[in-house]
Amino acid sequence: MVMAETNVVRADGIFQPVLPKGDVVDMAKKRREPDAEKAKFACRDVRVFYGASEALHGIDMEIANSGVTALIGPSGCGKSTFLRVFNRMNDTIPNARVTGDILMDGEDIYGKKVDPVLLRARVGMVFQKPNPFPKSIYDNVAYGPRIHGLAVSNSELDYIVEKSLKRAGLWDEVKDRLKESGTGLSGGQQQRLVIARAIAVSPEVILMDEPASALDPIATAKLEELIDELKEKYCILIVTHSMAQAARVSQRTAFFHLGDLVEYDDTQSIFTNPKDQRTQDYITGRTG
Amino acid sequence: MSAFESIHQSDRAVKRMTRRRGQELRFRLFGLGAVIAAMVVLAWLTISLVGTGYTAFYQHHMTLEVFLDEAVLDPTGERNAENLRKANFRKIIQEAIYARFPEVSERRQKSALFKIVSASGATNQVRQMAYANPALVGRTLTLSVPTSDDVDQLLKGYIDRDAPEKRRKISNQQIVWVDALKATGEIKSQFNWTFFTGVDSRDPELAGIAGAVVGSLMALAVAFVVSVPAGVGAAVYLEEFAPQNRFTDFIEININNLAAVPSIVFGLLGLAVFLNFFGMPRSAPLVGGLVLALMTLPTVIIATRAALRSVSPSIIDGALSLGASHTQAVFHHKVPLAAPGILTGSIIGMAQALGETAPLLMIGMVAFVTEIPSGLTEPASALPVQIFLWSDSAERAWAERTSAAIIVLLMVLVTMNALAIFLRTRLERRW
Amino acid sequence: MILEIFLLIAVSSLGAFFFGKHLAQSRLALAPVGGLSDRAHSLPGYHGYFAAWLVGLAGFAVAALGLAYPKLFNGGLLLALFVAAVGGGFAFSYRQIGAGFRARIQVERFVKGALLLCSGVAVLTTFGIVFSLVFESLRFFEQVPLLDFLTGLQWSPQTALREDQAGQSGAFGAVPIFTGTFMITAVAMFVAAPIGLLIAIYLSEYATKRTRAIVKPFVEILAGVPTVVYGFFALLTVGPAIRGFAEGFGFSVPTQSAIAAGSVMGVMIIPFISSLSDDVINAVPQTLRDGSYALGATKSETMTNVIFPAALPGIIGALLLGVSRAIGETMIVVMAAGRAANLTGNPFEAVTTVTVQIVSLLTGDQEFDSAKTLAAFALGLVLFVLTLVLNVIALLIVRKYRERYE
Repeated sequence: MVMAETNVVRADGIFQPVLPKGDVVDMAKKRREPDAEKAKFACRDVRVFYGASEALHGIDMEIANSGVTALIGPSGCGKSTFLRVFNRMNDTIPNARVTGDILMDGEDIYGKKVDPVLLRARVGMVFQKPNPFPKSIYDNVAYGPRIHGLAVSNSELDYIVEKSLKRAGLWDEVKDRLKESGTGLSGGQQQRLVIARAIAVSPEVILMDEPASALDPIATAKLEELIDELKEKYCILIVTHSMAQAARVSQRTAFFHLGDLVEYDDTQSIFTNPKDQRTQDYITGRTG
Repeated sequence: MSAFESIHQSDRAVKRMTRRRGQELRFRLFGLGAVIAAMVVLAWLTISLVGTGYTAFYQHHMTLEVFLDEAVLDPTGERNAENLRKANFRKIIQEAIYARFPEVSERRQKSALFKIVSASGATNQVRQMAYANPALVGRTLTLSVPTSDDVDQLLKGYIDRDAPEKRRKISNQQIVWVDALKATGEIKSQFNWTFFTGVDSRDPELAGIAGAVVGSLMALAVAFVVSVPAGVGAAVYLEEFAPQNRFTDFIEININNLAAVPSIVFGLLGLAVFLNFFGMPRSAPLVGGLVLALMTLPTVIIATRAALRSVSPSIIDGALSLGASHTQAVFHHKVPLAAPGILTGSIIGMAQALGETAPLLMIGMVAFVTEIPSGLTEPASALPVQIFLWSDSAERAWAERTSAAIIVLLMVLVTMNALAIFLRTRLERRW
Repeated sequence: MILEIFLLIAVSSLGAFFFGKHLAQSRLALAPVGGLSDRAHSLPGYHGYFAAWLVGLAGFAVAALGLAYPKLFNGGLLLALFVAAVGGGFAFSYRQIGAGFRARIQVERFVKGALLLCSGVAVLTTFGIVFSLVFESLRFFEQVPLLDFLTGLQWSPQTALREDQAGQSGAFGAVPIFTGTFMITAVAMFVAAPIGLLIAIYLSEYATKRTRAIVKPFVEILAGVPTVVYGFFALLTVGPAIRGFAEGFGFSVPTQSAIAAGSVMGVMIIPFISSLSDDVINAVPQTLRDGSYALGATKSETMTNVIFPAALPGIIGALLLGVSRAIGETMIVVMAAGRAANLTGNPFEAVTTVTVQIVSLLTGDQEFDSAKTLAAFALGLVLFVLTLVLNVIALLIVRKYRERYE
């Protein structure tokens, strides 16, 4: 997907074009490349409690800086809970408590100085059920840039909206009805709108919580295609209950079982040569 | 700082974040402020009512040596009821108080002296005793009679002793007498039983809420007997039996709208239909109760429907599978299970009816009633109406009694609501 | 008299129950026992209920007839009719009761009929309200033209008792009343809308469960306080407080004023707005909140940009219900707003409202046909129509809103 160059790109760092191509792309790549193989997140002994019950029992894991990492496991295994650790969405649940260290680029995201609101701007999230705001398509995408002050002019905002929608592969379908409500779109379109909404904030990471579970197969295929393109620019974590999906879109896969991280490896290895019996049972369909 | 500098970590973003956090805090404080404002008003209301009202629960009485002078009361010595009815008991009281201060001889002074006690209160008290036992005539009794409301207010500290005499309701001389009586213990404060056993009166020191309370209870009883069965019946019909058609929709819309009709309109209905069309008596608790019943009907219906809905429909299926008819399933299983909710809704509806004033004004339950009503068709008042009537009088003694009546009303309402909450939590079944 | 008739019907009905039950017991005992089809259909008790209903209804019919046309029937005739009807009920039950008689079906039919009748009470009440208001209002408009009533600027309903009384011609221009009502409602909503909404927002988005559990009942107490208590509070405390406050600035404000009555009424309405808005805000799906938080929005940003717009229709509905409450509220204004029909835009003056005028026109001695009394019904009609329209609109908006998130 090639972005048209526009003259509203500002170079002062307030607004970085979302997924730019050409010169600006190089700039973005430069930022990323030196540490491409380093971990984006490093987790040590992460535990999550809901009230008194422990949902995650000490997870140690490193998430690669690029590519797609899939979290799989039977329902109730804690994979979604784990995903919500990375953007501190668990903070919004009363009684939920997270312990252990989660370092993002070496910085503890649960540190005292970290504002979860700003963290969430850096770590976007896409939910299981598409949740567009009951606003126009345009306002849905523009909402994030507006609250974070990413655009100083309307034309700049238009630019961000357009780029984000293009990047999410939705532009051609909605460009003539940007003023219509986002809730009027189909499920697959809504989910891509929500991704565009997340992209518009210029995150570094995108968390996806079973993003295809509410979609039909065709919309799912489109979404997977999109994830495949996005992985070039973003560190993506995806929770999925579909092993086929994990195999298709991810480079690395982590298998969770009853709140424990059982196995974490290249996707290839997990699916062809699982080392743990539980993993094997799960991927061969004996449990689940 | 990390290796990657996100735009969200730029100085500008951080600065902006400080501002956003400030907005967030302000927003939150506004919300908290609103909550506090509401609590403050509630506290203000409570404090202002209790502050004015608590003194009405005690009252000053004066111990008086009363000589039931035969020459005054019954000069013929026949001791029959006829003579006693005509007798001048007022003079007996006057003589009694003049005897306490023999030094006072001037007429105007004497008249001021008499104003220390409640004239009609003391007179009535002696009269009642003489009626009940004519043999008392000729004897000397030691009685505790209520002081006048001005003396009572003075001793409760509501009359400014330093104010110029002309702007006071009580003269310097009277203050001297009262203080003397207080010092000797002849004037004492005691619990104000009259407030609970008495009926409405022109004199605040004799006024009580018993008549109004009985009137309220009667009206409430009528309202309960009419609105709970009708309301529960309507709710059961609409929830369980009503076919899906326009008539049912019409009933539903009706009920929803009735719930929001201003209460005074129900009063107009009562006036036009019950009083003028059916010719029912004015000021009667029967009519008041009927009006309140119609007013609370939607509350009972809505609460009952909610209670019925919260019962699992599987109960009905279970009963039907055993061969029960639909009616049996509803009345044997669903209604009993919904009973706690129905009860709660009924109590809340009755509490609402108890506090209602406006419709009762329309049907004339606003009369000056000096007897405890003895029947549903007798003229009566109601507690909220009594509050309204008393609130109109400017004297401090009335304000005090109005507040006290409000305290009683609120206590009853709080008790009813607490009972409703208690029953709900106690009897509620979790599904 | 009425009580005696009821008692008579009740006793006959009770007698019929035992009669039917015993009869059924003896007849069903003789019925064949065995296969499904020849077993008795209903339990003896249902036969008893059937007889009781039948007799009771027959008695009621006669009693209603007697009450409706007291002139047509004298006491003796009525008693004869009653005995005949009740006897007929007994006789019919005697013939019907038996193994083959489906008493339960009949009884259930009676029960459903009675339940339907109960629902009918609500409908009858509405009809009663509409008919009595419209009927009396029409009589009023025979004396005072509708246009004069709706557009007249002068309200002095005291009609002249003697010919020579001046200035007592009886003017029924309701505009000052409407403006007074409007002003007090405006003051009330000015207090209740922001506070109620902010409380709803605070309780649903910020307060901990504990705080919410403590604060919510306290706010709701405000809704349970009888209006006569608020009226006294306005008269005794708030009115003088406002007067004292204004005197501090050199203004003279009467104790009874639009602002005193309106602000206390606002306090009364706070819980309606806060609990309705609370429901509405809670009905906004959590996924929308999550979506906004995940983009890095703060709670206040989420509230103002996402939740509030999504909940707006419901909140408007809540506000309209609040307005309807304010317009129909009586006691606070009767006690604290004054009675003089001032045509003024100044909230620090005494004004009057529709409800106040209804009360002052109808309390005290009155002849029912005078324009003065009938005017109260015309005002009642205005009040009823106004609140009805507001409620219908509010309910429609709220219902539409609910459907959106279901």
